[in-house]
Amino acid sequence: MKLNQLTLTEALEGLKVKKFSSVELTLACLDEIKRLNPKLNAFLTLNPDALKAAKAADLKIRSDGNAFKTQPLLGIPYALKDNFLTAGLKTTASSKVLDDYIPQYDATVYARLKTAGTVLLGKTNMDAWAHGSSTETSDYGTTRNPWNLNHTPGGSSGGSAAAVAADMCIFAIGSETAGSVRGPACWCGITGLKPTYGRVSRYGVIAMASSTDSPGPLTKTVADAARVYQVIAGPDPFDATTSGRPVNLNLGHLQGLSLKGRRLAVPKEYLVKEMDKATAKLIENALKKLEGLGAKIDQISLIDPHYSIGVYTLVQRSEVSSNLARYDGVRYGNDRSHFGHEAKNRVMLGSFALSAGYYDQYYNKAQKVRTLIIEEFKKTFRKYDLVIGPVTPGPALKVGASKDSPMFGEIVDMLMEPSSVAGLTGTSVPCGFVTGLPVGLQITGPQFAEGLVLAVSAAYQAATDWHLKKPVTDYA
Amino acid sequence: MLKLTPTIGMEVHVELATASKMFCGCPAEHFAVKPNTHTCPVCLGLPGALPVPNKKAVDWTMMIGLALGSTVNKTSKFDRKHYFYPDLPKGFQISQYDEPLCRGGQLALDSGKIINLTRVHLEEDTGKLIHQTVGGKRVSLVDFNRSGVPLVEIVTEPDIASGAEAKEFLKKLTAILRTLKVSDCDMEKGSMRLEANVSMGESLAYKVEVKNLNSFRFVEQAIDYELSRQEKLLKAGKTPRQETRGYDPKTRSTFVQRYKETAEDYRYFPEPDIPPMVFSDKDIAAIRAKLPRLPEAKAKDLVDRFNLPPKLASLLVAKASRLTYFKNSVKTAQTLKVSPEKLANLIINHKISLDKPAAEQLKTLTQKQTVDLGIIDQVIKDNPDVVAKIKAGKSSAVAFLVGQVMRLTRGQADAVAARKLLLKRLQV
Repeated sequence: MKLNQLTLTEALEGLKVKKFSSVELTLACLDEIKRLNPKLNAFLTLNPDALKAAKAADLKIRSDGNAFKTQPLLGIPYALKDNFLTAGLKTTASSKVLDDYIPQYDATVYARLKTAGTVLLGKTNMDAWAHGSSTETSDYGTTRNPWNLNHTPGGSSGGSAAAVAADMCIFAIGSETAGSVRGPACWCGITGLKPTYGRVSRYGVIAMASSTDSPGPLTKTVADAARVYQVIAGPDPFDATTSGRPVNLNLGHLQGLSLKGRRLAVPKEYLVKEMDKATAKLIENALKKLEGLGAKIDQISLIDPHYSIGVYTLVQRSEVSSNLARYDGVRYGNDRSHFGHEAKNRVMLGSFALSAGYYDQYYNKAQKVRTLIIEEFKKTFRKYDLVIGPVTPGPALKVGASKDSPMFGEIVDMLMEPSSVAGLTGTSVPCGFVTGLPVGLQITGPQFAEGLVLAVSAAYQAATDWHLKKPVTDYA
Repeated sequence: MLKLTPTIGMEVHVELATASKMFCGCPAEHFAVKPNTHTCPVCLGLPGALPVPNKKAVDWTMMIGLALGSTVNKTSKFDRKHYFYPDLPKGFQISQYDEPLCRGGQLALDSGKIINLTRVHLEEDTGKLIHQTVGGKRVSLVDFNRSGVPLVEIVTEPDIASGAEAKEFLKKLTAILRTLKVSDCDMEKGSMRLEANVSMGESLAYKVEVKNLNSFRFVEQAIDYELSRQEKLLKAGKTPRQETRGYDPKTRSTFVQRYKETAEDYRYFPEPDIPPMVFSDKDIAAIRAKLPRLPEAKAKDLVDRFNLPPKLASLLVAKASRLTYFKNSVKTAQTLKVSPEKLANLIINHKISLDKPAAEQLKTLTQKQTVDLGIIDQVIKDNPDVVAKIKAGKSSAVAFLVGQVMRLTRGQADAVAARKLLLKRLQV
């Protein structure tokens, strides 16, 4: 086994007992990036200082016996989605508008990961401005799915998901507005955690839809996701929407949770008509597995997720039209003609929805339905611990599927939109394969229930081996 | 017959004197500061930057509202107001739309007339454009030091009927803001900016905005000019155009800046980066408890205690230094037989310096009022013809003798006292 194939938990153990160094680990990742990036196009920019950081980590490990107490991710090489600002290192959000933009400051998530001792390998490809679910709207080319190069990795955090799935890094950071972490995790066969809105700071993340943007980890296991989450979560004085409550996640309690008596709800509306039959079967198997572990599963009824498409689309397009207004051509070097087709579409629709005379009909109505969705989830979580179901209606679509489909992302992500507009937390964990492509199980909990969501996800992973499968990356 | 009613509303923008800006930790000071030195990702609107509201600015806005008799809304929020301008780095201004911090309120003029307020809300200031020639090229430069400085907007109902009323309203408003110590209200530094919405007539089918008024006097003049301009048009059967006008103090007239055919669409929506604000009765009571005594109460106190005319009392309280001086020296004045009203007048009319103790100054001033009887007798002796005329009943001739007294005293004598003494001496 090569070092870059290690999980975060394994890599930490190896570094702690000095089985290998951070430099060796980092070099293994950089080698794999060099080998695979021409095929996958997962990375946009490499960090020229990665080895320097790894060397510094090794020095720390050698000289300080307690180094991992204060720096829990010391020496771990990882990848960062290109919408997180990194001072001195180009950050484009995959848009030509920011083609040569060098940020002046660090995103809080990046700063926290740096403090925790990580080694940044580079910045990953994404849908431009995070607008999309396939990375096909990137101005720097599509990222390919490591399981099958003819398929997309999902998006918008497609570069991060592909990088983890192909072992080009130990873990990666993505951001989810509605499905951008869980979706690509599902299609790439890895673990994705979308934290509660306001749990992880958005400061320094190029905004997509401010009211749902949630940074989150993409990892090889649930335990890895928990480790990263613990470092990046928590109040941030620079983000007024972060919650002040402390992050109470006990990594020790995460493993071995008994599912006995846990009440899980499966909304029948989430088995949508667009659902692929083989995928539905895999979800059914996963539910049986959880039942076998002692969970009590009920089928329930929730607002049809198709309504969430409308709610999410209006809220997100409106916020997008506002958030992109700053790229007015006065600063950042490139004018508005550098915006891609998708961004222009979204700005126009959002501007229309916010226009005088239409505000009540569109934006305001969407917010009202959003409140209904929130209330319904609250009611559901009074009776059930978690809500489970499919992540997407089927496995990764072929490259080109989003072309001429202006609502592509919204439809692909429809099963994640209700929990996103409600600001909930959830995971995607691998639960099987359809024609050689991975499929994921969605596990959703109430706000701030990351501990329970992760524990149940870990229990499922302990009983299955889907997450251990690796794509064959000897591409011709 | 066309009935023309002047209908004027004011919009007053006041920069708060908080130490830091509205949504970031940068110093809010921007006057005579090297350009773009008080900036950060937030006030430059850089990608990924997020606004975190300044609690003091929120508290102070509520304080302004409470001082003006407004209702503090228990739930309030910020909204994004979109428009493109190079001094607005985010492409939107964070302002308040339908849930301002304070609603309603009023301010009474000396006549007893009430000017109602619509709202008091909080927003952020923009950067500043500087147009100049650099290397022979005309360029526009942007200074973002002012970007994000807390700005309070106070909007009145169209209750004002003249330039004079507008001026009085603004003076009283400024006195309140200064008493609250929330803004220096310095128009030269741009920390107070004024706009008047002027229209006339019954139907009010139009509204003219007059902008860039940088003194109360100009507000008065601009409004009066506008009213007469509009009156002329209306009397000629024309409707004045809906437009924004500027004011030129040199010609004392307003001029068109731009036409406003339709209302601009700012595409307001709730600022998603800032959670809505919720205040309890306790929160509001705590702010109310911090209110100092307001000019109106202080003026009333002066009227009650010293029997000052209301107008004089409000002039006195308009500046803290005047009021303090008055209070500190009113006793001294009374021992020198100078009435509180007289003292107030001396202060208002700059007859005595606020930098020097009152006793000395008042003594000089009162001495001036006692006229040397020797001089009176001298004048009577030197002007027998005039004296005869006065004694014959031509009392107006006494003015000549007063003039002589003034000449001999080189203007030091009090003319009124001299007149009295002359008449007394001549027993007329």
